[in-house]
Amino acid sequence: MTVEATAGQAVRTQPKIESELLKSRVGAAMWFLLPMLAALAVVAGWPLLRTIYFSLTNASLTNLYEADFVGFKNYLNWTTLKSGRTVFSGLLVDPAWWNAVGNTLRFAVISVTLETVLGMVVALVLNAEFKGRGIVRAAILIPWAIPTIVSAKMWSWMLNDQFGIINDLFMKLGLISHKTAWTASADTAMTAVLIVDIWKTTPFMALLILAGLQMIPKDIYEAAEIDGVHPVKVFFKVTLPLVRPALMVAVIFRLLDAMRIFDLIYVLTPNSAATKTMSVISRENLFDFDKFAYGSAQSTFLFLMIAVMTGLYIWLGKVRFDGGDR
Amino acid sequence: MAHIELKNIKKSFGLVDVIKGVDLEIFSGEFMVFVGPSGCGKSTLLRLMAGLEDITSGEMTFDGTLVNALAPSKRGIAMVFQSYALYPHMTVYENMAFGLELAKSSKETIKERVEKAAELLQITPYLSRLPKQLSGGQRQRVAIGRAIVRDPKVFLFDEPLSNLDAALRVATRLEIAKLHHAMNSATMVYVTHDQVEAMTLADRICVLRDGLVEQVGTPLELYENPQSLFVAGFIGSPKMNFLNGEIASKFGANTIGVRSEHIEIADRDGAWKGKVVHSESLGSDSYVYVDIGAGGDPIIVRQEGTHMHQPDADISIAPIPGKVYRFDKAGKPVKN
Repeated sequence: MTVEATAGQAVRTQPKIESELLKSRVGAAMWFLLPMLAALAVVAGWPLLRTIYFSLTNASLTNLYEADFVGFKNYLNWTTLKSGRTVFSGLLVDPAWWNAVGNTLRFAVISVTLETVLGMVVALVLNAEFKGRGIVRAAILIPWAIPTIVSAKMWSWMLNDQFGIINDLFMKLGLISHKTAWTASADTAMTAVLIVDIWKTTPFMALLILAGLQMIPKDIYEAAEIDGVHPVKVFFKVTLPLVRPALMVAVIFRLLDAMRIFDLIYVLTPNSAATKTMSVISRENLFDFDKFAYGSAQSTFLFLMIAVMTGLYIWLGKVRFDGGDR
Repeated sequence: MAHIELKNIKKSFGLVDVIKGVDLEIFSGEFMVFVGPSGCGKSTLLRLMAGLEDITSGEMTFDGTLVNALAPSKRGIAMVFQSYALYPHMTVYENMAFGLELAKSSKETIKERVEKAAELLQITPYLSRLPKQLSGGQRQRVAIGRAIVRDPKVFLFDEPLSNLDAALRVATRLEIAKLHHAMNSATMVYVTHDQVEAMTLADRICVLRDGLVEQVGTPLELYENPQSLFVAGFIGSPKMNFLNGEIASKFGANTIGVRSEHIEIADRDGAWKGKVVHSESLGSDSYVYVDIGAGGDPIIVRQEGTHMHQPDADISIAPIPGKVYRFDKAGKPVKN
């Protein structure tokens, strides 16, 4: 604000020099932004527009380019039978789709909540000074660094009902009386997915929060110590408000990621209705069932949901990405 | 109102000894200033008194009670930090009240104390603002206000003026001096690297060097009777002129020191002849830099009023008799 205000005054007193300076700055900014905008348009903008277009056609894998425009029929369509009964079809009345939406939302909310809480705990520990902190910080990132396919496969073996180490361990500890098919059973499949995702992503969350924690000046804590403020109160009244902007950014990143979850579920619990998410079901329609247009509609719906959620979240959370409060 | 005693206090960080055995007594209601070059351990000593660092060995007592293992909040202290250390998301009022809320004071008591402190420091109009909406000087006054509302027995100041510009520094220095008069029962300990702050604020100054106490005394004692070459050079502005070699041995010393205000421009017996290197006129005073061919830095001579000296002009200067400090090889004063 202040910069703009002073710049505005300068324009009034020295119009020519300032406007030339401004022109060259804007010009330079354009040149720096152009490659990125072009790349984004090619890899994100165009595919997105194509997907939205396909969702309005009757395209199939074998007939992509001569597809007919059908309007919103993939989303909602109805036919009135001779008996006078109206039958609805399309995405908006598809129970399989709404099951996937429910799965996705449940997964996103539970996983991000737990990852945030656990990530905060880990970040607070890593923010304390102790010997070997650097090594621990690096080591904690390992679950995040392993490719999801690899860790998903690894966990699916560990969770295997016959040979898995987890069943073996729990049996020996007497925690369970018979071996459980963790990933295959509908009751436990979502829990299994959540556990693996939390194991994998908590470190990422912790590092993002840690970066926020390290921005808080140390002397504030010393002042609080002299004031005799209880550590728990310091956390809620000082640490949490000050780390909130960083925390909000981390939560948004994770939430968007969680809404798109695909690889972990595809590998760990294939074809389980209990865990099938929006990404999984739309891929299934796009490629397995040859309902390309219908899958495109599902992808578009997912995109819209994420866009709306992000907008709401930024607005409600009063997050400003430049770090300050609105 | 606390009598503080430090007995052979030592502090090490790993293998590095920062405080190497400090014995010091700070009297009740006294304004004590720790002064010394950076790295001398003055801030560490203050933090040991605050309880923000653990004492490695030695005894520290407040009014005869051992406080070595006492938590900061139990020592009856308040601290003002160089960087203000205000809570950035709280208003000025909340900043000052935050510590009190825990002490289970009633809302009215808190309000009364905060408003009283705000009035004393003239920050009442800013009580509902955030720290980022205040200037540096105002922030530091809020920090001081936060200390006052705690009604501590001991005030600890850690270079509170270092982040302020020159004019604000003088003004805030005055505020702190007034505060000391207003709260004459509180003991104040103040850390600075600026000897002018030390001279103007202190009842007594403790000069620290390399983790040890070099000399403790009133500002004038330190100015008039420095017990070492280090103190002589550290206290007083401009720095004391030091001369070695032949000139010093004429006075029966290894090194002699003369303050710039104790040198006259005069051509008399024993005068030093030299050339003007540069002269500065500050209006009320003039400083002449003279090279007398003895090596080392040019000698600074202070003259009252405005005087002009051309560079390279010949000049004779002489120390006022009886105002020459003599030091032996170890940097200690020569005793007759």
